[in-house]
Amino acid sequence: MSYEFCLLHWGRDRYIMSNIDEGVFFLTGKDFTNAGAASSNLKGVLEKRSVQQDIIRRTAIAAFEAEMNVIIYAVAGMMKYRITETEISVTIQDMGQGIPNIELAMTEGYSTAPDYIREMGFGSGMGLPNIKKSTDSFVINSMVGEGTTLEFIIHLPKGD
Amino acid sequence: MVLQEIVNSLSLDVKTPELDLTKEVTGGYISDLLSDVMGNASQGNIWITLQIHLNIVAVASLKGLAGIILVNNRKPDEDTLRRAIAENIPVMTSTLPTFELVGRLYALGLRCR
Repeated sequence: MSYEFCLLHWGRDRYIMSNIDEGVFFLTGKDFTNAGAASSNLKGVLEKRSVQQDIIRRTAIAAFEAEMNVIIYAVAGMMKYRITETEISVTIQDMGQGIPNIELAMTEGYSTAPDYIREMGFGSGMGLPNIKKSTDSFVINSMVGEGTTLEFIIHLPKGD
Repeated sequence: MVLQEIVNSLSLDVKTPELDLTKEVTGGYISDLLSDVMGNASQGNIWITLQIHLNIVAVASLKGLAGIILVNNRKPDEDTLRRAIAENIPVMTSTLPTFELVGRLYALGLRCR
């Protein structure tokens, strides 16, 4: 049984018991054709749960920025999400070059993107700050030459 | 204001004739930086840009934008149009440069909101 299947299967069983949704999307570096699909799917899950619009909007911003970072900078990665009654947590893990200086990377306007990426309108140095602004908690762990793991949480108000 | 009124007033060339233009436009946003649009555009806005690649559709769809206007008669990629139709994001082009186009949108009463 594949890892993906296990996770999804587990997610489905849990959903029946306790209203938890979870899943995983695989991301391929430089695959601009499918860029945004994972975030769009996650948005669909939130809409199905009738999560309030503002929270869907914030999650979509953070997920898209994180997804694009994998597409632009990494070889491959995955996005895992888990939605409970109280929060949306998303983990994006990649195999990539890593971030040598996270504080610098968090500075608005700082970017290491090559020119062709910038010409597409990406790499403006707003991605990580956008994630920070849109989420309630945001953690980055990175190892140069190995990859980056980014996790964010958005709280759900009671009754959502 | 609905999209169709903007198309008529500004003689925009609609590149996705399959899609219906009755969407309500809440305001406008101009940027060629995708993260700027992700962070700052509002739902229902019309987006004015010179980017023509298919990732603009993902941004517009995730943000719930009313549509995209490409300036300076820029021609969208075929992939962009296919994706736009699939995601119900109308794409239009104008021969005007951004400054002129946005001036006219503003004169129609559209604001950044």
